[in-house]
Parts: sequence; structure tokens; C-alpha cells
Amino acid sequence: MGSWIWWTILGMALVTYIPRAIPLTFLEGRELPPSIQNILRNIPFAVLGALIFPAIFFIQENIWFGVIGAAAAFGIALLGANVMVVVLGSIAVLAVYSLFL
Amino acid sequence: MEQRGFSAGLKAGVSIAIGYFPVALTFGLLAKTTGLSLLEATAMSIFVFAGAAQYISLSLITAGVAPAVIILNTFIVNIRHFLMTASLNEKMQPDARWKKALYAFGITDESFSVLAIQKEDNLRTSFAAGVISISYGSWVVFTALGHLIGANLPEFLQAAMSIALYAMFVGLLVPSMRGNRKVVSLAAIAAILNSLFYFTGWLTTGWAILVSTLASAIIIELIASKGGRS
Repeated sequence: MGSWIWWTILGMALVTYIPRAIPLTFLEGRELPPSIQNILRNIPFAVLGALIFPAIFFIQENIWFGVIGAAAAFGIALLGANVMVVVLGSIAVLAVYSLFL
Repeated sequence: MEQRGFSAGLKAGVSIAIGYFPVALTFGLLAKTTGLSLLEATAMSIFVFAGAAQYISLSLITAGVAPAVIILNTFIVNIRHFLMTASLNEKMQPDARWKKALYAFGITDESFSVLAIQKEDNLRTSFAAGVISISYGSWVVFTALGHLIGANLPEFLQAAMSIALYAMFVGLLVPSMRGNRKVVSLAAIAAILNSLFYFTGWLTTGWAILVSTLASAIIIELIASKGGRS
């Protein structure tokens, strides 16, 4: 690769950093209207919904990995396990499944 | 309430580090097959630190797309972080702008999720630094390792581990959903909208996550304020 790859990396770094840094620095010490604050407090739960679905079903070409993985993750989480157990448990379930394929 | 610092942050970030392991390893491997040197591949993970955008850039590089287009595409994919960091700002302790500018670099879908879902308000900067350090370390180290060894995990493990980040999102979301209809509705509406955008192809992934998240957050706020609840 030529020097252009370094300019590409630099450009990617800049445009990735901007959306991360502007709100955190610009909004520091500013009081937003209550309705905006409420919307921003809603964001984490909404983001998780959008990050999980539908992508969780498409982790592998074989859709069953996604379906079984999702069922395992929700099942283990609903039992009250912490995040680490959910992660390792789901991996274990899929590892067993793929060994039997 | 007990205020948790750097080491608690490291601990909270372990599941991210595990989830990044297969993704970064594969990225390093793909970068190598795309023609990036070890230095170039690792530099991308060091300076960009954005999984989806980095993966897409590799396919664009292979397709011979102009750097300006790759950069523009990276911006579009990551524009959703505007929303996440604006939300995170409400959650974090007030601190010097330079410190916030520093840890802002480490906000990804995953670190945002872990930070934003913590129960206490006024999260300490050092806690965020812990979560980010272990995530970033995993991302950079395993990118380099993937390139170096030039081989992937055994197939069954690779396939099994591809659930890790999603399982983490589930593990973060489910405890908040218990007995909380508002949280369930927020996640469900965003999930349905995002699936709609995915299956119809109306929006690309970056925009789809941004629009479905924002729409869900606004709809629920409108319903909640009409009902006189907060």
C-alpha cells in the first residue's frame, strides 16, 4: 500500500472522532431542556434494541447460529445471570451446537 | 453511593474485551489479505477504533474506491455516535473538557452500552477510562495478532464467539427490562424499526441504527409526557 493508506487512516480517524467528541465536550456544563434530557436518557435502551435486532440472527451464514445464540443469551439473562455469564454461556452453547453439526 | 473507579471499569469492560477478541482477530487477518502491512492494519485499529467502519473500509479498499469516499463512508457509519455521546454526557460526572475529549475517543457501541446501562448517575471519568482501556487494548492487540499469525480461530470457536458482543448487549438490556415496560417498549420499538430498515433496505446500517434509536426515544418520551409520567 502507498502513502494514500496513511491519509485514509488519518481521515477515518478524524471523522470517527468528531461525532464522539463534539457532544461530550460541547454539552459539558450545559443544562438541556427536560424533554431533551428525557429523550437522551431513553437512548441507551433504544440503542440496545437496535444493536441486537436484527443483527443477532445474522452472525453466521447458517441462521441457526443466530437463532440458538439469541435464545441462549436471552434465556441465560432472564435467569438473572450477570453479563459475563451471559456472554460465556452463549458462546458455550454455540460451541456445543457447532461441534454437533 | 459508592463511586467506582478505574479497576471497576476494567472489570465492567471484560465482556467487551472478550467480544472484541474474535472480531479484531478476523479484522487483522482480513487486513492482511487485503494487502495492509502489520503496521498499517494495527495503526488503523489504534487511530480509528471503530469495528464496523474498519471492516467496510477493507472491502472498499479491495474494490479500489477513492480514499475520500472511504472517509465519507466512515463518517456516515459512525454518525450514530453523536447520539450516543450526547446521551452519555447526561450520565457522566462533569469534568474538564480535555479529559472528556480524551475518553470520547474510546466511545464505541459497546463501551457506550456498558457505561450508559450502569445504575449510578455521575459515573466517574476513571470508571469510563477503565472500560475503554480494556476494550481498546483488546481491539489493538488482537488486530495485530490476527495479522501476525495470519490464521483464524478453529471454525467452531470462531462461529461460537461471533455471538459474544450480541450476548453482551442482551446481558446489559435484560436486567433493565424486568418489570419496566418503558425499557421494554424502547428496545422493542427500536428493534422493530431497525429490522424494518434492514429488510426493506431503506437505510444503510449506520443510519438505520441512528434513526430507529432516535425515533423510539422520542416516541416513548411523547407517550410518557402525555401520560403525565416521566
